[in-house]
Amino acid sequence: MYSNGNDVADFDLINREAITVTELTKDIKKLLENKFPYLWVKGEVTNFKKHSSGHLYFSLKDAESQISCVMWKNRNRNLLFRIQDGMKVLVFASMNIYMQQGRYQLNVQQIRPLGKGDLHIEFEKLKKRLDEEGLFNKEHKRDIPLFPQRIGIVTSPTGAAIQDIKSVLQRRFPSLELILWPSAVQGEGAAEKIAEGIEAFNQYAKVDLLIISRGGGSLEDLWPFNEEVVARAIYKSEIPVISAVGHEIDYSISDLVADKRAPTPSAAAEIAVPDREELLKNLFTYKDKLIQLIFSLFTVYHENIESLKASYGLRRPVDKIREYSHRIDDITTHFIMVVKNHYNAKQLKINNLLGRLKALDPQSVLKRGYSITTLLPHGTIISQSKKLKKDNIINTRFAQGSVESIVKNVKST
Amino acid sequence: MKDNISQKSFEEAYDQLKELVEKLENGETDLEESLKIFEEGMHLIDFCNKKLEDAENKFKELLKNDKGDFSLEDINT
Repeated sequence: MYSNGNDVADFDLINREAITVTELTKDIKKLLENKFPYLWVKGEVTNFKKHSSGHLYFSLKDAESQISCVMWKNRNRNLLFRIQDGMKVLVFASMNIYMQQGRYQLNVQQIRPLGKGDLHIEFEKLKKRLDEEGLFNKEHKRDIPLFPQRIGIVTSPTGAAIQDIKSVLQRRFPSLELILWPSAVQGEGAAEKIAEGIEAFNQYAKVDLLIISRGGGSLEDLWPFNEEVVARAIYKSEIPVISAVGHEIDYSISDLVADKRAPTPSAAAEIAVPDREELLKNLFTYKDKLIQLIFSLFTVYHENIESLKASYGLRRPVDKIREYSHRIDDITTHFIMVVKNHYNAKQLKINNLLGRLKALDPQSVLKRGYSITTLLPHGTIISQSKKLKKDNIINTRFAQGSVESIVKNVKST
Repeated sequence: MKDNISQKSFEEAYDQLKELVEKLENGETDLEESLKIFEEGMHLIDFCNKKLEDAENKFKELLKNDKGDFSLEDINT
C-alpha cells in the first residue's frame, strides 16, 4: 500500500463533501416520513409482545418482507380483539425513523383483523346507535356500593371467571353472599341467557351489586357481551352492574353500558368490595383515636380537679369539689372497665395508657418520687416558686410522710 | 333492596363509627357523653372486626321456578 499526492488530494475532497451520519439519517427520515405519512398496511403478525408499559410491539410480515411496528399504550387501550402471532391484520400507521438506532418502524394508530371485518362493522354500528340513544351516558351510571353484602354474578359456573371472582372476594371481604346465575357466556343463545340473568336479579332484588363476566377469548367468544339484548338489560337494571369481559384490552358494548367496567374478572371483584386488610387497619386506627381522645379528655378533667383542690380556701365549696371529684372517679372506673373489655391485655399501648391514667392519681405520682409542696398555714398547693417568699413555711408531702421547711431562697427558674 | 337485612350491616356500623370519632374529635361533648360515645365506638369496632373475621363467603345459586318465584340453593365447591 502506498499513496501518492493525488490520492491525498482526492481524499481531502471527499472528506469535505462527505455528510455526517446524522445528516444522512435526517434526509432519510424526511424522505420516508413525507412519502408515507399515513397508510394502510396489511400483513401477518409476528413476534408480538406486550411490554409492561402497555405498549405493543410486533412485526408485520408477508412471504418476502418484514417490518417492525409499535402501537403505543394510548392507541391500544380500546382494542376489540387480542393480537396474536399468525393473525392477519390491517393497520393504519405512519412511518417513523428512529435516528439513534437507524431503524424504521410503523407507528400503528389502528389495527383490525382481516377477514373478521363483519363483526367489527356490526360492533361499530351498534355502538354508534346505542351511544346516540344515550345508553353510555355518564349521568345514567349508578354508584357502586361501598360495602355490598350480597353480590349477584352472571357468568358460566364452570369458567375461569367465576373462580377468579370467588377467590378475590374471599381474600378481600369474606363475609359476603355470592349468588350465581349460571349462564352460557359464548355461542348461540348466550346473550339472551345473560340478559335473562340480569333481569332475574332485578326481579329478585335482594342483591346490592351485579357482576357480569367471562374470561378471555376471541372476538367471537366475547360476542354475546356485544349484543343489544345484553346492553338493554344492563341499562334497565336497577342494581348497579360491573362488566368484566375478557382481558384488559378487550372492550365490549356491555363495558360501555355498565356502571363500571373492570378490565378482568379478578379486577371486577376488587372493584366490588373494599380490602379487608385495609378496613382492619382503619378500625385499629379508629380504636387508637378513640382511646387517645377520651384519654386526653380525662387528663383535662383530672387536672381541673387538682386545680380545684389546690384552690381550697378560695371561694369554692369543698363539698362541690368532692362531689365533682367522685363523679370523675366513677366515670374513670367505668372507662377503665370499658377499655379492658375491648382490649386484650396483650395490647401494650393500652396498658400504657391505663398506666398513665392511674398516674393521674396524686398518690401514684408521689410513688414515682415526686412530691407535693403546700404553703402553710392554708395548705395551698405550690406549683411555681414565685408564689413563695423567703421565710415562708412550706410542707412537702412524699409518698410516705412529709416535712416542714422554711424557705431560704427563691429561684425563679 | 335491603329489607332482608335485619341486623346492622357492616356499612352502617362503619359509618356510625366514623361519625362517633368525628363527634369526639370536635370536643363539644362533656365527659359522660364522651364516655358513652367511646363505649359505643368500641362496640362498633368489635362488631366490624367480627364481621371481617375469618368468615367464609357463602356461595349460592339463584333459581326461578315456572311461577316466577325465586329460591337460593347452596353450591358446594
